[in-house]
This record gives sequence, structure tokens and C-alpha cells, in this order.
Amino acid sequence: MNIKQNIKTLIVEKPLKLDCGQTINNFPLAYETYGSLNNEKDNAILVFHALTGDQFVTGINPVTKKDGWWSYAVGSGKSIDTDKYFVICANVIGGCMGSFGPSHENPKTKKIYGTNFPVITINDMVNAQINLLDFFGIKKLFSVVGGSMGGMQVLQFISNYPDKAKTAIPIACTSSHSAQNIAFNELGRQAIAADHNWSDGDYNSKNVVPDKGLAVARMAAHITYLSKKGLQEKFGRKLQERDDLKFGFDADFQIESYLRYQGSVFVDRFDANSYLYITRAMDYFDLVKQFNGNLSNAFKNTKAKFFIISFTSDWLYPTQENKDIVIALNAVGANVGFVEIESDKGHDSFLLNVPDFLKALKNFLDKSYAEKLS
Amino acid sequence: MKPEYKIISNLIEKDAKVLDVGCDDGTLMEFLKKNKNVNIRGIEISKEKVQTCIAKGLTVIEGNAEFDLKQFPNDSFDYVVLGQTLQAFINPEIVIKELLRVGNRAIVTIPNFGHWKVRLNLLFKGTMPITNSLPHDWYNTPNIHMCTIKDFVGFSKIINFKIFKSLALINENVSDINKSNLIFKNLFGELGIFLIEK
Repeated sequence: MNIKQNIKTLIVEKPLKLDCGQTINNFPLAYETYGSLNNEKDNAILVFHALTGDQFVTGINPVTKKDGWWSYAVGSGKSIDTDKYFVICANVIGGCMGSFGPSHENPKTKKIYGTNFPVITINDMVNAQINLLDFFGIKKLFSVVGGSMGGMQVLQFISNYPDKAKTAIPIACTSSHSAQNIAFNELGRQAIAADHNWSDGDYNSKNVVPDKGLAVARMAAHITYLSKKGLQEKFGRKLQERDDLKFGFDADFQIESYLRYQGSVFVDRFDANSYLYITRAMDYFDLVKQFNGNLSNAFKNTKAKFFIISFTSDWLYPTQENKDIVIALNAVGANVGFVEIESDKGHDSFLLNVPDFLKALKNFLDKSYAEKLS
Repeated sequence: MKPEYKIISNLIEKDAKVLDVGCDDGTLMEFLKKNKNVNIRGIEISKEKVQTCIAKGLTVIEGNAEFDLKQFPNDSFDYVVLGQTLQAFINPEIVIKELLRVGNRAIVTIPNFGHWKVRLNLLFKGTMPITNSLPHDWYNTPNIHMCTIKDFVGFSKIINFKIFKSLALINENVSDINKSNLIFKNLFGELGIFLIEK
């Protein structure tokens, strides 16, 4: 499999000063597009992916050969209709699907960066992706959309570039990572670090991968994406291909087997150091602090029309945290709509077939597009 | 479309900034947008109705007026509309004060419990009145604070707000309410429509 063959890359020449103080330039930003840009160039939607996503939003991911992570929402005739809109998605910097990240070689040392890669932030990710607008000659996006970490990028994007998008749809996200969010991310990072193969991030030079640690990180995180009710209904105490308990530590229960499977498939497609870097970027995300305790100031210069969506069973980024964004927007008289979607699929609801969500997303986009916002 | 929508529209100036509290399926919002070119937002408690509003391209926030008006700064809107829901709130006093805090003016409509049909219903049947505008049984009604047109006028003195204009709806005809005809309007008005100020 030649990953590079299937990946479109923009080399960003313009220097980008990162929040950590370092400046990067001539770095690769991997992206994919769907649909076509119209003559007016007013139908572009920039989609931001979540922690373990990538630029392959829909269709078959050419690298993993699986469905794109947002296949339910993006495609011909779907909520984000690729017959109508030009969808752009970039792999975040720090990621591992072609964009500048810890698995790249440091040109100075000729060694893989590993943990010598600069710590990046949500702000850095967004500032890297703004270059795509120039590349495509787009003055103003029709929309910026994303769930979870993608939603954080939406908020940061509007705050940094208030006049670069007509609409903004942050989904199931927060303006500031909570102690609980940081705690779960730290659990994942420690699982990776506890894997002997990790070797302080230098596993590439040893030709090994900390797959056990990364799998545990994924398993723990996966639980946070689901709801208790959803898990109970799907798995309950059902046993895995056996009639009775085996009085041992094999996967007796279906839920154990399911989590082990989720962990094992994840390590094939994701880089452990990228996992460290991206979770760190999420933990550092605090738009409230960036604006000295007043989130409203992040949005005071924008005319963008917002639509905020949360899910009833999402306990990772609960409705109240999404509502805090609505409140901050209302405080500065922004144009904001909000709906909480009923779903027992937990935080993952935004990635799954949740008809009420998909309907709301489609209606908001299509009606807003027909309005011809300036 | 409810007959009072036209009347509400007549009370609102063109291009005004309006909040519709309890905007239901957005019919009034659409009507005001079309007729008065208003910049309008809605708050609605029902998820299903919020979805209907989104499908109409309206800007609506899912929420409860009793708690979620707090988020709007003072004088955010020129007008705040509260259609036939004051009686459903736990604390109507707080709601009225909130309406007049976030809006310069408020338009409040109330189903009149003093209407003669309601009175006769209770007098002759001896059971809680059920009419076209009050279709619920006592045990499943959302209306926990019913009032009459006269009560609302009295309320303005008790909690201190000004009634700028008061109208009664009788058989889809609208008429002014004043001191001298209050008893009559309170008996025949199906709906009271009030334009109020701080």
C-alpha cells in the first residue's frame, strides 16, 4: 500500500508561528475534496475532523479501505450534499494521514520527529488550514462544520477569521476542555507511555510500535464515546461465543471482545505519537481563557450564522457545555440557533445514523444556502 | 394561521429586532419576516417544533423561556412576543419582567378565562371549563396560571408595567380595551392582546 499515492498535499510555504513559540514553514497539509467548487466560489464547506479522523470524510477511505468517518452525513443527496457543495477536509497538523506530524522526518536531523515534534494546538491546526482558502481561491466559505474536536476547530476558526465563513456548525463540543476530558486523555497517553515499545516516542527507529498501549488508549476513549444505555442495550451481559463464564481472563463478555476489536483495528491506522499530540491539543483548548474569561469576545466580530447541536446522551461534551456557547453568542447578539438531539448513542451520535441530527444539519445548510447570506 | 398573528404584526414596526418566545412551529416568525422584514429569533421547548422551524430556515434556540431568557443581555430586542403561554409558566411575574428586560416592548397574548363560555361552563357543569381555546382536562392542562383580561390589567399595577395598547379578539374581530369597556371585553373577549412596556 502506497499511502502517498492516494493523498493530495498542499505544501504550505508561508511561515506559521505555533503557539509553543516555534515557527514552521514549507510543511505538508494533506487534504481531500468532494463535489465541485461553483463559478461564484460560494459553495465551499470546510469540514474539520475529530481526534482520530482524517481528510477522507466520505466514500471509501483509500488508505484504510473502510467507509469515510462521516459517510452518513456527507455525500450525494446527504446532509452535506456533495452534489451541491464543495467539501474540503484537511488532516490536522500533528496527525498521521499525510499532514505535518510526529511521524515525519526532521529535515535537520534526518530522524523521525517523534516527541521532538512541536506541541501543537487547535489554534495552530486552524491557522494551518486557512491556507486552503487561498489555494482554492475562496474568499469566504459557505460553512465551517465539525463535531467534537472538529467543533472546537469551528469555534477557533470563527474567532480567528470572523469574516471567512457565512455559517458555522459546531457539533457536540465545548469551548474549554474540562478536567474530566483532560483526565480521559491523560489515561490514553499514559497507556501509550506504559507500553515498553513506545521508547519515549522513538519507536520508529526501533521498528516497533506501541500497539498494546495505543489499543488500550483507544478502548478507554471508546467507552467515553458511548452511553451507558447504549452499551447496555447493545451488549448487556451477553457472552462472547460461549455458553457460560470460563473463570479466566479471556474475553467472556461481548463488550470485552468488542473493545479489544476496536483497539486492534485502531492501531493499524493510527500513529501513537499523533495520538499524544492531538489529545494534548484538545486539552490545551480553552477559548474562554484565550478571551480573558469572556467567551463572548471570541465571537464579537463575526456575522456568521451559527447552528449548535448537542446530543442528550453525550456525557463527554454534554448539552450544557454546548449551551454555554449559545449563551456566549447571544450575549453579543450573534445569529445562533440551537437544538439538542434525542439519541442514546452517546458522543458518537454525530458520526452515526441519527436521523433527527442528519435532518437538522441538512435543513440548516440548505435553507441558509438559499438565503444567499453575505 | 391564528387570527391574532395579523394583529401582532400590526403592532410591530418594520425591520425591528424581534424574539418570539414559545415560537411553536414558526408560523408567526415566518409571517412577521415576510410582512415586516423583521430580524427574528425564536425560543421553543419542543425538539420536534425546533426541527420544524429549522426546516423553515428560522433561527430558533431550543430552550425554556423560564430559564433561558437569562442569557440575553438587556434590551437585546425591540419586541418580545409571548403568545398564549404566560399561563403555562411557574412564575409569570418573573417571565413578564424578563420579557421587558430583554425587549424594549413585549406583546403578550392571553386566552381569557373570563370569557362567558368559560364562566357558563363552570357555572352549569360544575367542572373545569373545556373550550376551543382551552381544550385540556384539568389534570393534563399545561395551563397552571389561567387569568382573565381583567386580571392581566390588574397584574400591570401589581408588578408595575405599562400597558401601552390592549386589544380584545372577539369572533376574529379586534377591538380596543379601555377602562369603560373592560367589564364587557372581559366577558366577550376570547383573547387579550397587550403591548406592554417597563
